[in-house]
Amino acid sequence: MSKVILEAKNLSKYFYDPVKFQVLKEMNFSVNKGELVAVIGKSGCGKSTLLYILSTMDTDYEGDVWIDGISTRGKKEGELARVRNEKIGFVFQFHYLLNEFSVLKNVMLPGLKLGKYPEHEVEQRAYDKLKILGIENEALKKPNQLSGGEKQRVAIARSLINDPLIIMGDEPTGNLDKMNSENVFHIFQELAEVYNQSLLIVTHDTEFASRSSRIIEIEDGKIIKM
Amino acid sequence: MKYKLIANIARSLLLANWKQTLVAAIGVTFSITMFIALLSFMSGLNDMLDNLILNRTPHIRLYNEILPSTRQPIEGSVQYKDHYNFISSIKPKNELLQIHNIGAIINALKKDDRVLGIAPKITTQVFYTVGAVDLTGVINGIDVEAENRYYYFKDYVTSGNYIALKNTPNSIILGKGAAEKMMAKIGDVIQVITSKGERMPLKVVGYFQSGISDIDKVQSYASLNTTQKLLGESNNYITDLQIKLKNILLAPQMAKEYKELFEVEAIDIKTANSQFETGTFIRTLISYAVGITLLIVAGFGIYNILNMMIYQKLDSIAILKATGFSGRDVNRIFIFIALSIGIFGGLLGLVFGFGLSALIDQVPFNTTALPTIKTYPINYNIKFYLIGSIFSLLTTYFAGYFPARKASKVDPVVIIRGK
Repeated sequence: MSKVILEAKNLSKYFYDPVKFQVLKEMNFSVNKGELVAVIGKSGCGKSTLLYILSTMDTDYEGDVWIDGISTRGKKEGELARVRNEKIGFVFQFHYLLNEFSVLKNVMLPGLKLGKYPEHEVEQRAYDKLKILGIENEALKKPNQLSGGEKQRVAIARSLINDPLIIMGDEPTGNLDKMNSENVFHIFQELAEVYNQSLLIVTHDTEFASRSSRIIEIEDGKIIKM
Repeated sequence: MKYKLIANIARSLLLANWKQTLVAAIGVTFSITMFIALLSFMSGLNDMLDNLILNRTPHIRLYNEILPSTRQPIEGSVQYKDHYNFISSIKPKNELLQIHNIGAIINALKKDDRVLGIAPKITTQVFYTVGAVDLTGVINGIDVEAENRYYYFKDYVTSGNYIALKNTPNSIILGKGAAEKMMAKIGDVIQVITSKGERMPLKVVGYFQSGISDIDKVQSYASLNTTQKLLGESNNYITDLQIKLKNILLAPQMAKEYKELFEVEAIDIKTANSQFETGTFIRTLISYAVGITLLIVAGFGIYNILNMMIYQKLDSIAILKATGFSGRDVNRIFIFIALSIGIFGGLLGLVFGFGLSALIDQVPFNTTALPTIKTYPINYNIKFYLIGSIFSLLTTYFAGYFPARKASKVDPVVIIRGK
């Protein structure tokens, strides 16, 4: 068994509006290095909520999340931002690229924020990531000049820029047509197999899920299959 | 590196909304421009009005007043020493208006390094005779050069050359009003009678206009020598010593000091003209109030525009936070945006403010009350520019502070899930 990257311990979460309601119930699971894990479940079962807790963006929960062997519980906002920056890459349903910047700059931003490499090196790395995704020719365009599938690939490149421990995806293929979804899946698969990248992808797409290395199925805030 | 990245992002957001940015910057520019122009103009007017009095008023005036003696002879009597002495109808003693021991006083003043300069003066009542009529008047005997150096005498001589007063013996510069009454032209000789009945012909070498027509109707100027001759007094007869100080604020204290030291009457400019200070203060206060109001209004403009920008850019803020920018980074980005609007708009405002002041400076402004003023007065004080830039930075900072704080509190989960 390879190294544990992400671990959820007794994770519970309540919504208080309009009435107190337990969304997540005592969840325990972990993600290992190089794994492509798909989280599936019906709408409203809490899978996105789970993702945002795991990603450190939502801090209002019970239990604990361990990332890279370190508990994130009780950390300050700035420290959590640093964790997200360094260790987590995000791909959302919507691409969330900044139209003010070129594609290349969009990919570079988290890298520049990390400040581990000088600017020209970050730029080179951003190019390399775009190359992995086959869109290096669009590097100097603005995001609004790209197609939906291309935008999503830029978003994936952006998630890779700091060589994160884990990539988290919230319905990354939800907005894409069949062909582009296929593309994105292949990219994820390649990342997991070739680059030994861990991925945790929340999805509706059962076909997508069936081809991943592991499925976590959630129903009513509980893990029913793992 | 980190600040460079924040500046970079801020700049991109600014340029993406360059129209809004421009509107915000124009707001700041406009208010700074008006602030500078208003204060320069107001302060110019203040200075002009103050100088109307200050330039011609000595900081300290030493003179001798004819008063009844404070110590009556009976008080020296041994016999009535323990009595209350009631004396009715005391009269002033017969003495001259001149300052005694003038040479020693002048020497002492010249050695005092708080004193900038001294201009001696003789004031005397006269009659100008025109045909059968006598007009009352006052002749000021002055040291022409000292009077010009310290009290800008030249500025008030509207016709003729002021220095002719010194160079031409038995000459006079008439007040404009007095000259008109007598129909005396330059070069004419007029007759003057002193209070003791002496008559003397004086040659008119110029007109004098103070801007206060009551003064111009009676006052005239002659040199010290001429006046002494007119009064039949020796050349140490001086009735007033006008002292100009290096620091006007010392005037009240020094007046008191001289009064005791030289045993003369001394009046300082503060006591003589206290109402001017009040007027100046109120005018300055009003101009600052208006200027700062303008800036605050511009600040609200920036506040609105930044708030709008934040609503438009919620997605961008959310993704920046999701990818590892902390609330503090986002806060800095928006503060940076606000400050760059402030700096850019403010700098432009300083330039335009200077331009507008320069323009006002060219507008003709002729008034008989102020013979030396030809255009509207402007005070180009660097102080206003400093205050303007500090205030533009402060208001834009505070205008940016609240929107920036709001942006830093944006919860990325809410935005991203909301899609």
